Amino acid sequence: MSSVADAHAADHHDHGPAKGIGRWLFTTNHKDIGTMYLVFSFAMFLAGGAMAMIIRAELFQPGLQMVEPAFFNQMTTMHGLVMIFGAVMPAFVGLANWMIPLMVGAPDMALPRMNNWSFWLLVTGSLILMSTLFMDGGAPNFGWTAYAPLSTTYGPDSTTFFIFSVHILGISSIMGAINVIATIINMRAPGMTLMKMPMFVWTWLITAFLLIAVLPVLAGAVTMLLMDIHFGTAFFDAAGGGDPVLYQHIFWFFGHPEVYILILPAFGIISQIIPTFSRKPLFGYTSMVYATAAIAILSFLVWSHHMFTVGLPLPGELFFMYATMIIAVPTGVKIFNWITTMFRGSISFETPMLFAIGFVVLFTVGGLSGVMLAIAPADFQYHDTYFVVAHFHYVLIPGAIYGIFASVYYWLPKWSGRMYSEALGKAHFWLSFIGLNIAFFPMHFLGLAGMPRRYADYPIQFANFNQVSTIGAFLFGASQLLLVFIVYRAVKNGPKADAKPWEGAEGLEWTVPSPAPYHTFEQPPRVD
Amino acid sequence: MSSNQSYYVPESSIWPIVGSIGMFLTFFGLSTLLVNQSNGDPTTTAWVVFTIGALVLIYMITGWLRDVIRESRAGLYDAQMDRSFRQGMSWFIFSEVAFFAALFGSLFYIRFFAVPWLGGEGAKGTANMLWEGFQAQWPLLSNPDNSQFAGPDSVIGPWGLPLLNTLILVTSSITLTLSHKALKYDKRKQTIYWLAATVALGAIFLFFQIEEYIEAYSHLNLTLDSGIYGSIFFLMTGFHGLHVLLGGIILFVVLMRLIKGHFSAHDHFGYEAGAWYWHFVDVVWIMLFVFVYVI
Amino acid sequence: MSVQALRAGALATAVTAPSSALAEWGVNLPEGVTSISNTIYDIHMWVFWICVVIGVGVFLAILWSVLAYRHSKGAKPAHFHENTTVEIIWTVIPFLILIMMAIPATGTLVDMYDTSDAEMEIKVTGYQWRWQYEYMDEDISFFSSADTPRDAERNLIEKTEDYKYSVDNPLVLPVDTKIRFLITSNDVIHSWWVPEFGWKQDAIPGFINKNWTKIEEPGTYYGLCAELCGQGHSDMPIEVKAVPKDEYREWVAEQTGDDG
Ligand code: HEA
Ligand code: HEA
Ligand code: CUA
Ligand SMILES: [Cu+2]
Repeated sequence: MSSVADAHAADHHDHGPAKGIGRWLFTTNHKDIGTMYLVFSFAMFLAGGAMAMIIRAELFQPGLQMVEPAFFNQMTTMHGLVMIFGAVMPAFVGLANWMIPLMVGAPDMALPRMNNWSFWLLVTGSLILMSTLFMDGGAPNFGWTAYAPLSTTYGPDSTTFFIFSVHILGISSIMGAINVIATIINMRAPGMTLMKMPMFVWTWLITAFLLIAVLPVLAGAVTMLLMDIHFGTAFFDAAGGGDPVLYQHIFWFFGHPEVYILILPAFGIISQIIPTFSRKPLFGYTSMVYATAAIAILSFLVWSHHMFTVGLPLPGELFFMYATMIIAVPTGVKIFNWITTMFRGSISFETPMLFAIGFVVLFTVGGLSGVMLAIAPADFQYHDTYFVVAHFHYVLIPGAIYGIFASVYYWLPKWSGRMYSEALGKAHFWLSFIGLNIAFFPMHFLGLAGMPRRYADYPIQFANFNQVSTIGAFLFGASQLLLVFIVYRAVKNGPKADAKPWEGAEGLEWTVPSPAPYHTFEQPPRVD
Repeated sequence: MSSNQSYYVPESSIWPIVGSIGMFLTFFGLSTLLVNQSNGDPTTTAWVVFTIGALVLIYMITGWLRDVIRESRAGLYDAQMDRSFRQGMSWFIFSEVAFFAALFGSLFYIRFFAVPWLGGEGAKGTANMLWEGFQAQWPLLSNPDNSQFAGPDSVIGPWGLPLLNTLILVTSSITLTLSHKALKYDKRKQTIYWLAATVALGAIFLFFQIEEYIEAYSHLNLTLDSGIYGSIFFLMTGFHGLHVLLGGIILFVVLMRLIKGHFSAHDHFGYEAGAWYWHFVDVVWIMLFVFVYVI
Repeated sequence: MSVQALRAGALATAVTAPSSALAEWGVNLPEGVTSISNTIYDIHMWVFWICVVIGVGVFLAILWSVLAYRHSKGAKPAHFHENTTVEIIWTVIPFLILIMMAIPATGTLVDMYDTSDAEMEIKVTGYQWRWQYEYMDEDISFFSSADTPRDAERNLIEKTEDYKYSVDNPLVLPVDTKIRFLITSNDVIHSWWVPEFGWKQDAIPGFINKNWTKIEEPGTYYGLCAELCGQGHSDMPIEVKAVPKDEYREWVAEQTGDDG
């Protein structure tokens, strides 16, 4: 007891990080935890990307050459799950951990011990998920959406492990989200009113709300899968009065807000970076906040656009079509605000800015194909084809992934105290940009021409574009190794970075030295 | 927002990682257990792993709570910290609300869409072609395919045990409020008595609930595998029951702390968190009573 | 080892084989052979061109800003950061554009849901991994399975034009007849899809979905299962032979004659 009191009395400035492995295992420091999140999520990105490479290699030509369809389905499923739950969501939580306290002038996250638990539960859940790859009967093979009854009566043994891993990952994310909300609401420096918060903080606040609202719903859905598998219930079995489509309703009630969970923090990041490199304040801050909130609210009302062909009654079909289309309006507001921020600015093209511009351009492509998908009668053709795959990779990679890359380049000087090589960063951007478009643009054509998704083998008419796509995918994949090298090189012996390496940057995070000291803002700064 | 004193950031702690190891063992063990059971394989090892995991988790929870209580008693927490805890707890309850909302949503979908369609009504009534003779009625005593899912003989009427249980839980919310009032006026004896009454009522509720399950299983043929009514009935009341159990345990711990002399009229976040949780569980029950039993 | 070698060999041939011999560069939806598929195609093109225009507008705006206001060219930043009028404009105009998309979409959807007045009815049941067709007004019912040779999948023999498409027993349908489909499944969810008819419809076990078609041109139309249904998902194609009405009558007579 006295030791605790002593610790409090002591001046925190004297505390560096603990030594050895214990620093990482037991830490309550938001920067350590943020780093662990970022490193872990990047490892998962490589793992999920390696699976994508297997998918693309198999699809290089018609016929079965690399893998059996049974294994192909496992790759598709695990690729989706690993990318979403292992790569993108944790990367955003890592960014939140590092940056939100720095941006609102708080000494740490509001609930630091729980913060550590969130991270280690992420590892726990991921370990269980990955372990399914080595089980008898193989990993989950029913798509990341796990539709019943393919995942219940017909699922492999590993389904049970998958279900519990989703529970654990869900708990981890909910705790992370609670922490973010408590930090933002409660820990802001004096004078930092809500409408003065950086956009990244705003978008994360809204994302956290979405997480807390929908992850429990996913937990409910997979719990019902579990019950159908092991306890004889009939939730998704018409023979007992249930309905397989019920699963889809619950899943997508989670699933659609989930895709905005994967994009809103990236919106926030872009709203930080574009003003910095345009040397001009963000245009329409207030409308940005409202647009983000509108997207979040609407996201609860559109879930059945993933289910246009399951046989919804006509009024449902119409409602979900209209509701989905409306989301284009607030999203458009954001796009236009970003462009207007650049308009009449003084723009320079450092790597973060390149990724940000790439984001705005390519996300628009993905968003517009989303609007096409939202047209219900046309979705009777598009649904479950590569057109959908093209859509969501265009919003996920130039959206979520570019957002993360941009922030890595933007804040790396703050995290490590060192600059990356601008030339290499630009190379990374251009290789990614080219590879990405070669990989995913042809998928639009494939889908329209009639190629269904989740196919291990396909008619020969789709051979050409698949070949192109695979080449692009390998280019994109290989250029990610460059990122590993760039970051490694910068951290090891990059040139020292100033406290504020970007001329046009604004915000509290640039008022502390680079690298940010282990403890920052123990006395809250004043914001006016 | 404007505390001058610096925010208390706890020193590094072993509990999160211990908790994660516990979770891993628990759920890896549990999954193996379930899978082996349905494949008819031996389950002993899985039981062992699961049990070790659960023990580690209990160890973690007690250790973690002990730390928090110690810090709180040492006066390390300021008003801002208190707000963080409160917000943490409120959002946790919000996530629970979302969980139950999913279950209620499922209930409504089944009742108002799926079952009528299977019975031949509504926009997708053609489904009845596949289930000749099946009639939609709620509660569902006869399933579309009774050879796969033998329906229950009858279901639990609302006006017996369930009504009693409703009264019990509502009363427990009242006793809890009385206890809370007493705490605010620093009347420790009354606080403890009313809280003890609350915990006791919770225990009685659980006792009746188990009684009801036994009745359902042994006399009514109402089971998890008796079709969708049994499925959703046990899912919803079961998860609610688990929450009563959890809430009861929290309140019990709070009671013990009260007896030890923790909590004051102004400083009793742990107490309030437990109370919020209890009221939440109570509200869920009232919804359950109306939508699962009565309507 | 030998399997490995075989695979390596197959891969090598694949890389070197001239792919143009195999395939075409199809880039768009088929217009199809029913009124619904035609309307869907029109809506698709309508929405597509609107999106292209919006996209091009956005890209030009970005390009202009990026080129005209370069720091390296000494651009001095302005300081404005708000303008309610433009905010309102770019909220309202997209909204109006969306309405222009929604109107034709609504009409088409209503048509697609109108399964009344069908002249005949086919029940389609998905199985892992084949389709069953039942002619509700005749005494005809059969299974239709893929007959792609395994050796072609293993790259041991040349792949034909109908690789992964051909089936043993195609579904035979009359043209110019409104046909109602009752679609269901026996195990997991499948989805019955013939692009030339304009729609896919999920086959849900225990439930029946309805859709309809009225084929306007005789011909052979191919389709594929469009909902992940296990390892044979890419192995349950659809082949529809649409024939003139009298030919269809003959076919029915033949079938029922054989059976009875
Ligand atoms: C980051 C993730 C993300 C984001 C942001 C979006 C954004 C959108 N998505 Fe996407 N979507 C996914 C991820 C995402 N999606 C995934 C993963 C799937 C597949 C899941 C699976 O089945 O596995 C999917 C599937 C999916 C479907 C189901 C397709 C099918 O299975 O048949 C639909 C249908 O409506 C859809 C629509 C939309 C729409 C309308 C938007 C909108 O939010 C887009 C809004 C943006 C714009 C429109 C561009 C900018 C706006 C302007 C320039 C203004 C002017 C524009 C107009 C007036 C049109 N998406
Ligand atoms: C954020 C999410 C995210 C991200 C980033 C990606 C990234 C990629 N995805 Fe996707 N994908 C999904 C989410 C995502 N995906 C989802 C949700 C699905 C649906 C799943 C389902 O149907 O259930 C899907 C499905 C999906 C499919 C359809 C599968 C099918 O229907 O059967 C394909 C096919 O090409 C694909 C490809 C790719 C590729 C090539 C990348 C690339 O961008 C990956 C690039 C990264 C790397 C390659 C890693 C880095 C490099 C190395 C590890 C070194 C080794 C590299 C080489 C040897 C080159 N993905
Ligand atoms: Cu049947 Cu896919
Ligand atoms: Cu969606």
